[in-house]
Amino acid sequence: MTTTDSKLETTGVSTSAGTGSRGSRILGITTIIAMGWLVAFGLGFSPEDRDQREAVRLLYVHVPTIWIAYLAFVVTAIGSAMYLFTKKKSLGWDRLAGASAEIGTIFVAVTLVVGALWGRLTWGVFWQWDARLTTTALLFVTYIGYLAVRQLGGTHEQRARRSAVIGLLAVLEIPLVHWSVRLWRSLHQEATVLGTDADVNMDGLMLFSLFVGVVAFTLLYVWLLMHRTRGMAMEDYLDDRGLDEALEARRAEGEPVARGDGAN
Amino acid sequence: MSVWRIARLVAAKDLRIEWHSRVLTNQVLPFAGVTMVIFAFALDSDAVLERVAPGLVWLATMFSMLVLVQRTFAVETDDGALDALRVAGVDPRAIFLGKAGGLAVQLLVLEVVLLFAAVVLFRQTVPVDGLVLLVTTLISATCGLAAVGTLYGGLAAGFRGRETLLPLLTLPAVAPVLIGATRAVEAALGTAGAVVSDGWPWVGLLLVFAVAFGVGGSLAFGPLIDE
Amino acid sequence: MEDAGFIFGSYLLTFAAVGLVAWRYVRSGRRLARRVPDEEKYWL
Repeated sequence: MTTTDSKLETTGVSTSAGTGSRGSRILGITTIIAMGWLVAFGLGFSPEDRDQREAVRLLYVHVPTIWIAYLAFVVTAIGSAMYLFTKKKSLGWDRLAGASAEIGTIFVAVTLVVGALWGRLTWGVFWQWDARLTTTALLFVTYIGYLAVRQLGGTHEQRARRSAVIGLLAVLEIPLVHWSVRLWRSLHQEATVLGTDADVNMDGLMLFSLFVGVVAFTLLYVWLLMHRTRGMAMEDYLDDRGLDEALEARRAEGEPVARGDGAN
Repeated sequence: MSVWRIARLVAAKDLRIEWHSRVLTNQVLPFAGVTMVIFAFALDSDAVLERVAPGLVWLATMFSMLVLVQRTFAVETDDGALDALRVAGVDPRAIFLGKAGGLAVQLLVLEVVLLFAAVVLFRQTVPVDGLVLLVTTLISATCGLAAVGTLYGGLAAGFRGRETLLPLLTLPAVAPVLIGATRAVEAALGTAGAVVSDGWPWVGLLLVFAVAFGVGGSLAFGPLIDE
Repeated sequence: MEDAGFIFGSYLLTFAAVGLVAWRYVRSGRRLARRVPDEEKYWL
């Protein structure tokens, strides 16, 4: 730690703490408090459900995580549309879309794993081929594809345009997938799994616990999004500068400047 | 020149290249055939194969499509032909429709051959009253597949790692086609006691899919390849 | 609590995954911030 710190003083660029700001710090502390509440209500105060028994406690993390995933992908679509359809092609929108997709993908992964555990508990199996699960799995893969497209390389503008198009196509794709999977499962009629769907008979305290969960995870999402977009902004800046420096160095050596391969 | 006329020219050019190179007949069709045979090794039961044959036809079609798409864009990007078309001011919608059309023709050939293989290898029969449904399904599913394949093929073309990116993007997107086309073909062939009338709702799904990705693709193709 | 393993495990897993991501974001942010001049940081 100290060695890198002293190195930075010689380059003398910056000494600031990172991607944190006053706002993000306050938000972070609020998030931690909300998460504490979630644990207290979810694992403590909430009563057990008539049908689901103790397993209902998984609802308080499962529902908020998938809600955040959907929210994140909606934000990705909005960011993509704003990048493509506004006059000033602001990379800020692109980074918002990318950061949001990254966070959303992580939350889908968590949802799938926790959902599988919940399924094992209430259905006796990890996976059911029902419409919601199957769509969620395809959603996961779709956004992994989106993130892979972001890694393709090229200039920031190329990346932004390509990924914006993919981000919008995903909005076209997901409803079609969901529709087809629902049609598919409705024919097999085993989708209404053992009468234990998520619509449990919720009393007031359960509903409140779920509300706490949604609030806590929404705060967390905003916090993550702030840090990630700021990080991406710095990555882009360093990319640009790295290319400039490489060109400078070559000019200094008196070699003819060829376009960097890294820009492909 | 109108978009459709240029699209026809692009499609004709692609098909002519394929016709001369014989990649479809000499490599892709044998690949699809081998896929059908190794399905039989994996599933290892006549009854099961008979039941799942329509699905296997579409799976083999999709895997072969990935090969075809990579091929059709490798031809374009290797000598910068795609850029040349763009620089010449050709409407990207026309390029998209043309390439999708060329791909669709090749896919149709592939599907007919695979269906024939299913009849021979997996004891399928083609009843006369299912023929209309079968043909409609083949055409609508092929349009959807070709649109998705062309769209993502164009995106991935010219980049390192495209071989892995293309399936990752394409397969989740064409999942509705796999579901819909398989059910519709099951209905048309009467697999597992399915009746023909069961198939038509699926054709509806396939048509909506084809239109959605046809329109979406022709709009998105310009921004994707324009760089 | 019945099935405590599953329930606590799921909570733990969720928080661990999220915490790991948060930690990685903050850490990479710190590392990047050392090489970027302050006037580029719009949030300061």
